[in-house]
Amino acid sequence: MFYREAGDFSTTYPQDQQTFPIKFDRYRYYVVLLIAVVIVPFVINDYWVNSLLLPFLIYAIAALGLNILVGYCGQVSLGTGGFMAVGAYSCYKFMTGVDIWWGGELLFRLPEFNIFFSVIMGGVMTALVGVLFGLPSLRIKGFYLAVATLAAQFFLVWLFNRVSWFYNYSASGQISVPERDLFGILITGPSVQPWAAYLFCLFFTILCAYVARNLTRGSAGRKWMAIRDMDIAAEIIGVNPPRAKLTAFMVSSFFVGISGALFFAVYLGAVEVGEVFGIQKSFIVLFMIIIGGLGSIFGSFAGAAFLVLLPVVLKLVGVDMLGWPTDIVAHLNLVIVGFLIIVFLIAEPHGIAQLWRVAKEKLRLWPFPH
Amino acid sequence: MKYRLGTMAVAAVMGASPVLAELVFPSLSYRTGPYASGGIPLADGYADYFTMLNARDGGIGGVMTNVMECETAYNTEKGVECYESLKGEGALVFQPWSTGIAYQLIPKTAVDDIPLHTMGYGRTSAANGTVFSHTFNYPANYWNGASGAINYLMEAHDGDLNGKKITLLYHNSAYGKEPIRTLEELSEKHGFELSLMPVDHPGQEQKSQWLQIRRDRPDNVIMYGWGVMNQVAVQEAINIRFPMEDFIGVWWSGSENDVMAAGEAANGYKALAFHGVGNDYPVFADIQTYVVEAGNAAGAGDQIGTVLYNRGMYAAMLAAEAVKYAAMLAAEAVKTAQEMHGVADITPAMMRDGMEALEMTEAKMEALGLPNFGPTFTVSCENHGGTTGLVAVSQWNASAQQWDMISDFAPTDMEVIQPLIEEDSAAYAAENNIDTRCN
Repeated sequence: MFYREAGDFSTTYPQDQQTFPIKFDRYRYYVVLLIAVVIVPFVINDYWVNSLLLPFLIYAIAALGLNILVGYCGQVSLGTGGFMAVGAYSCYKFMTGVDIWWGGELLFRLPEFNIFFSVIMGGVMTALVGVLFGLPSLRIKGFYLAVATLAAQFFLVWLFNRVSWFYNYSASGQISVPERDLFGILITGPSVQPWAAYLFCLFFTILCAYVARNLTRGSAGRKWMAIRDMDIAAEIIGVNPPRAKLTAFMVSSFFVGISGALFFAVYLGAVEVGEVFGIQKSFIVLFMIIIGGLGSIFGSFAGAAFLVLLPVVLKLVGVDMLGWPTDIVAHLNLVIVGFLIIVFLIAEPHGIAQLWRVAKEKLRLWPFPH
Repeated sequence: MKYRLGTMAVAAVMGASPVLAELVFPSLSYRTGPYASGGIPLADGYADYFTMLNARDGGIGGVMTNVMECETAYNTEKGVECYESLKGEGALVFQPWSTGIAYQLIPKTAVDDIPLHTMGYGRTSAANGTVFSHTFNYPANYWNGASGAINYLMEAHDGDLNGKKITLLYHNSAYGKEPIRTLEELSEKHGFELSLMPVDHPGQEQKSQWLQIRRDRPDNVIMYGWGVMNQVAVQEAINIRFPMEDFIGVWWSGSENDVMAAGEAANGYKALAFHGVGNDYPVFADIQTYVVEAGNAAGAGDQIGTVLYNRGMYAAMLAAEAVKYAAMLAAEAVKTAQEMHGVADITPAMMRDGMEALEMTEAKMEALGLPNFGPTFTVSCENHGGTTGLVAVSQWNASAQQWDMISDFAPTDMEVIQPLIEEDSAAYAAENNIDTRCN
């Protein structure tokens, strides 16, 4: 009744090809953006930002990145945690001034980057590393590629633990973010205002989602999908497989790197690579896109929201309302997440995004389905 | 707790300060995950002591205590979530039992004006109170541990470590890396040869490290491990027939969990300690009467008297004592003679002052039913690590299935440790633009 395209005409090609061709969808999207940018910053506090919004936004970027690689290009990757670590450590090095040593002497030191450009550099460095570890994808696919990216995961974590240059020779091997500001407003460090951290991450999330959406429906995205669906057929119709695969690795790693940089600099503030960017991180981001929906931008957000919110909601209900022991609730959380993954894989392999699509179809016909 | 939900629903918790009718002690526990075997007794001991105070004394100075538990699974992200959700509940002092989470909380607590107590873990240089205003790590820290181990080995080798080979087997994380600097300094000072052997999280894979140890034949192995890494290390040491007497763990590698699995062969394994072992203290009778028999024991109630349970209890006891000091200071501030007056109004800021004024004497521990349980120490504005850094050594007796103290609380080499603390905290102060206090 409310949700339909009746009377919604496109008269030009750009109109026809826009992301939200239905007016109702478009307005809903604007309203969501408006609420996120204008209203949310005024009503949030530390708890909301640090427990829900920052992890959601940052995981959403990581899920977007991985979705490009796995969902759109069909290259399975278990290296997300390692790539996030590259983003985090590059961001740290650039924000504290990269020092280049040669033969035990300091050759030169780059000036300290502004926090915004440090995050971007985190993405750029990760894109380079991603291309490097994407090279095996030219020869192997499927499970074997998953194992090759798993090697990246373990190698990168080992590297950041082993080479003290990456953590500026600190005694504990941790990287801790110094206080940095943007136009005089603190973005990192303990005294940061919740809205500032939120808006900073929101900016990157919107930017990444916008870029991802437009890449995936353009020629690059079509090439990725062609490779995903059948690489030989894609090659025959003129898609260059090495190029398509490597660009997918590059773009995907860029997003994952940005999320790693934000994860370290804005969200946690101090990072120990083995603990924060371990194999668990790779799995959780993979679960996000599986539950959310492979090959869907909305799915990346839905999956991230689901896996970030679920433990918090369970904790609120289980511990605070029902007064259950904390360990029971923590175990229950694992059981429920595992169960849901199985349910989604069996009942709806395309995840929450597909549920959303079906719901929209139904709504268009409602209340007269025939 | 109910109103937390309520406020969440309207999304306006900002500035809502809760009514402090009780003393809130958050317990960031980990009863799940790879480190649960250590986390469970710690959380049980912490909770039981406060339960006992409530039942026996009616709380502290007439105000009931409330332990709010939050599961972190030793995970930093969950630790942050727990901290954010509990800090608004009037939490008096945070004890995360994890070096990783401690690193997150050190800057946050300073901004939120809530004290952080990292007892025997966390950032060692937080002992310098002039830089770390809200972090405390009395009575002992990692570097006291490293020095205590070396002192003990020195004694065992007749006062001379020259030319001896000592291996550090450590958890490859911030925690395990902490003692390296100190041990390097000490190796220079005493002339022993130090080799480093990292073990990656969670520590089940140690075959190659122990092969290396078998080849190197070090005189002693010092271990900085936690969780399952300890059990595996003890078992691997037995497999290569490394003498247990020469194997010494820090206090996080010296609980029943770590040696029980290896059975009889683990006999003689040593570990450092900064508090007493066993349940041969009067306070355990009270815990039995007021907590266990009342059916209020935390968890399964099967951990009482284990090393880590005692540590949790010790942390609770020190927190309760700090509350008394805080109350006393508050009372002095409002010029009331009655010592306990004002205890209801304790804020985290007062708690911090109380912790800074804490003094543990033998007489006081005896009065608490814990004679000779821990070292005596005083905390001051400059020194948040306790004055002396006294450390003892305990040894596992496999046939009796208990830890025995084999030395008294002995001083550690502050000559080496203090400059390192100064250096590291100065670096932190410079990085974060912190002005030193206590001038």
